[in-house]
Amino acid sequence: MENLKDGDFTAQAESILQRYPREQRFALAMMQDFQKEYDYLPREAIRRIAGYLEVPPGKIYSLATFYKAISMEKKGKYIIKVCDGTACHIRSSTWIIEEIGKLLGIKPGGTSADGRFSLETVKCLGTCALAPVMVINDEYFGSLTVGKVKKILQRYGGRADEE
Amino acid sequence: MKSEQSQKRKILVCCGPGCLAVGGREILQELRTKVAEAGADIKVEPVIKGTGCHGLCEQGPIVRFLPEDISYCRVNLADIDEIISQTVLQQKVVERLLFTDALTGRRVSSQSENSFYKKQLKIALRNTGEIDPLNLDDYLERDGYRALAKVFSQMDPGAVIAEVEQSGLRGRGGAGFPTGLKWRQCARVDNFPKYVICNADEGDPGAFMDRSIIEGDPHSVIEGMVIGAYAVKAHRGFIYIRDEYALAVKTMLEAIRQAEARGYLGRNILDSGFDFSLEVVRGGGAFVCGESSALMASIEGRVGEPRAKYIRSVERGLWDQPTVLNNVETWANIPPIILRGGEWFNRIGSEKSKGTKVFSLVGKVKNTGLVEVPMGISLRELIFDIGGGILNDREFKAVQTGGPSGGCIPADMLDLKVDFDSLAAADSMMGSGGMIVMDERTCMVDTARYYIDFLTEESCGKCSPCREGLKRMREILNDICSGSSRPGDIEILEEIAGMVRESSLCGLGKTAPNPILSTIKYFRDEYDEHVNKKRCPAGICRELTTFIINSEECNGCGLCKKNCPAEAISGESKAPHVIDLSRCTKCGNCIELCRFNAITVK
Ligand SMILES: Cc1cc2nc3c(=O)[nH]c(=O)nc-3n(C[C@H](O)[C@H](O)[C@H](O)COP(=O)(O)O)c2cc1C
Ligand code: FES
Repeated sequence: MENLKDGDFTAQAESILQRYPREQRFALAMMQDFQKEYDYLPREAIRRIAGYLEVPPGKIYSLATFYKAISMEKKGKYIIKVCDGTACHIRSSTWIIEEIGKLLGIKPGGTSADGRFSLETVKCLGTCALAPVMVINDEYFGSLTVGKVKKILQRYGGRADEE
Repeated sequence: MKSEQSQKRKILVCCGPGCLAVGGREILQELRTKVAEAGADIKVEPVIKGTGCHGLCEQGPIVRFLPEDISYCRVNLADIDEIISQTVLQQKVVERLLFTDALTGRRVSSQSENSFYKKQLKIALRNTGEIDPLNLDDYLERDGYRALAKVFSQMDPGAVIAEVEQSGLRGRGGAGFPTGLKWRQCARVDNFPKYVICNADEGDPGAFMDRSIIEGDPHSVIEGMVIGAYAVKAHRGFIYIRDEYALAVKTMLEAIRQAEARGYLGRNILDSGFDFSLEVVRGGGAFVCGESSALMASIEGRVGEPRAKYIRSVERGLWDQPTVLNNVETWANIPPIILRGGEWFNRIGSEKSKGTKVFSLVGKVKNTGLVEVPMGISLRELIFDIGGGILNDREFKAVQTGGPSGGCIPADMLDLKVDFDSLAAADSMMGSGGMIVMDERTCMVDTARYYIDFLTEESCGKCSPCREGLKRMREILNDICSGSSRPGDIEILEEIAGMVRESSLCGLGKTAPNPILSTIKYFRDEYDEHVNKKRCPAGICRELTTFIINSEECNGCGLCKKNCPAEAISGESKAPHVIDLSRCTKCGNCIELCRFNAITVK
C-alpha cells in the first residue's frame, strides 16, 4: 500500500464511499473520486469499493482497466498532457511528444524515474486555435515548437540539458 | 433606476475553452477590479459577465461591449487601463484592439461587420457567448424556459412530438436520425419507467462543440430534456459527460441545482403535475462509450461495450427500459423549435437537413473557432468566407469531417453543400461537427494512419473483425508511412477495409475504414507515391522525406537556421543556406517558417 497511511486512507475511503448509495452504477464515479484524491487509483481502493458494493473485486478491476480515465499507476508531480487531437496532430504534435519524451526519458503513459513528470497524450483540449497545445497541471502552452518545449520544461526544472 | 439601465450596458468576457487557456479568467477579474475602482466616474456602470465561447478562439481573449457591440481581441492585462479610460468611461473605441477581418484585412468593431460572423446563424448557440451560463436569470431574459411553459400550458405529449417531427430536426450526434421519429417510437412503447439521456461524451479528436454548449448555455440542454421527457413520459434523465470536461461537469451540476431550486426540475415542474429529475454521469474516457448502447452500459456501471444494433434502445435501452438518447446539440435545438414552431425551423437549411449545424472549424485555417451555419452552406463559404482561408495563404488540400468515422474531401469538391446526405454521398459524414482543414503540408496517408491508430486503441475488442482488422490495417499503414510497403499493399488495405465495414458489430467498426477508403479514393496518387517512389510529397512521413533548400530562392535571412532544433542548417548571412541531411530530423520547422518558399520536399 505504498505511502498511504492506513488510518488516513480508511477515513478518506469511507468518506468517498459514503457519498454514494450501494449501487453498482456508482462504481466508476467512486473510482474517479479516489483518483481525484490520490491522482491514481490505489489497489486498496478497488478492494474497498468492491466490499462496499458487495461484488467481487475482479468486477471493479475490470472496470478500472477498461476505462481510460482510471489509472492504476501513481503519477508524477507535474502531469504533462500533450494534445494529439486532429487539429494538433496536423500541426505536428507528434514531434512535440517525441521531444518531451526524449528530454525526460519517458514515453507517453510513463512517469519519470524521479517521480516528477508524467507524460500523457489527450485528444483535443478544446483549444485547437493554439495547436499544438499542452497543459502542465493547469497551465496551458500553445503554438508549441520543439524549441519552445525545451525552454518550458526548464522552467519546471526538467532534465532539459542532458548532453 | 440605475439597475435598470445597467442591465443594458454589459461587458462580456469570453471564458470559453480557448480564451480560458490564454488568460480569459484573469482579464475578467482585472476588469471587475478596475471598473469597481473607477466606480464614481462611470455614469452607467456596466454589468461584467464571464460567458461561454464567442467563437473566434484564434483571437482570444475576447472582450465584448454591449449595447455598442464593440469586440476586442487578444486582450492583455496591460490593455485594461486603456479599455477603462476609453471604452468604459467615454464609449470610445481602442482601434488597436479591434479584430482584423481575415477576408478584407480591415479592422472591424462589431460582430455584424466581421466576415467570421456574417454567414453564421445561431440557434443551438443562441445564448453561448451572450449570457453568464451560471446565471439562470440571464437565460430567462432570453426566452429561457418559455418553451417549457408553452408545452405545459398548451401542448399534450403528442403535439410536442408532432412539432419536433414537423421541424425536420435530425440528430446532431452523428448519424442524423430524425429526432421526432425517435421520440414517437419511444412514446409508442407501453412500458415504464422510461428514460431520456443526453450524450455529451464528445469523443471525436478535434471537436469541442458540445462542451461549448454545456459550458456556455447549460439550461438550453436541460430545458430540451424536460420537454423530451414530457413527450415520451419519462421521469428520469441522465447527462453523460466526457471525463476530461471538468468545467462542463461543474457547470451542468450547478445549472441543475438552480433549475431545481426554481422549479424547472424536480417534482411538479411549473405546477404542471409533471416530475422529472436529472443526473450527471461522468464518462470513463472510452471513445466507444459515445455509441448509444455502450453509453447506456456505462451508465449502468458496466464495462462500456456496445451490443448488436437490432435491439432498439427506444424499446429496450437503459436498464432494458425504453430510452431516448440524443446529442447535446440536438437537445439544445428543442426549445426554439417549440417556441417558434417546427415550421420555422423547417424553413432553414437544405432539403433533407433542416436547421443549422455547429462546427469546430480547426486545423490549417485562419479563423479557428466555433461556428454555427445553416445546413446546405458550401464548404467553400465555411472555409474561405467564415474561416478566412488557409493559414499563411497556402494551398487548400482537403477538409476532414465526421471524426474518425468520416472522410477527407478534396479541393475540387469545395462547392459541396454541407448536409447529412451530401457529406455521406462524398464518402464522408457529418459526424458530430469537427471540421479539420488541411493544406499541402498535411499527408493524407498519415491522416488515415492517425485515425486508424486512434480507432485501434479505442476498439473495445468485443468483435474480431474490428479488433483484428484494425490492427492489420494499422500495420500496413505504418509500412506505407515508413517506406517498407510493397506493391499491392493498397489493394490489401482496401480488401480488409471492406471486410471490417461489412462484419463489425457496432458503428465504430462499421465506419472505421472510412478514413482509409476516402483518402485512397481522393488521394490515390499520394498513396502510390509513398509505395512506389518511397516519397511523402507533404514532407510528413519521416523516412520518406528529404528537405532541401533551393539556393535560387533562399536569400539567407537565417530564420530557419536560428530555429532549427537539430542545428542542421548552416550558411552565411545573406547567402543561400544548406541543410545537413545527416543531422536533419525532418521536423519541418524550417519549411513552416520560411517566408520565401525556398524550402521544398525533394
Ligand atoms: C463509436 C461511436 C462513437 C460515438 N460517439 C458519439 C459522441 O461522442 N457523441 C454523440 O452525441 N454521439 C456519438 N455517437 C452516436 C451515438 O451512437 C448516437 O447515435 C447519438 O448520440 C444519438 O443522438 P442524436 O440522434 O441526437 O444524434 C457515436 C457513435 C459511435 C458508433
Ligand atoms: S486538437 Fe488539440 S486542442 Fe483540439
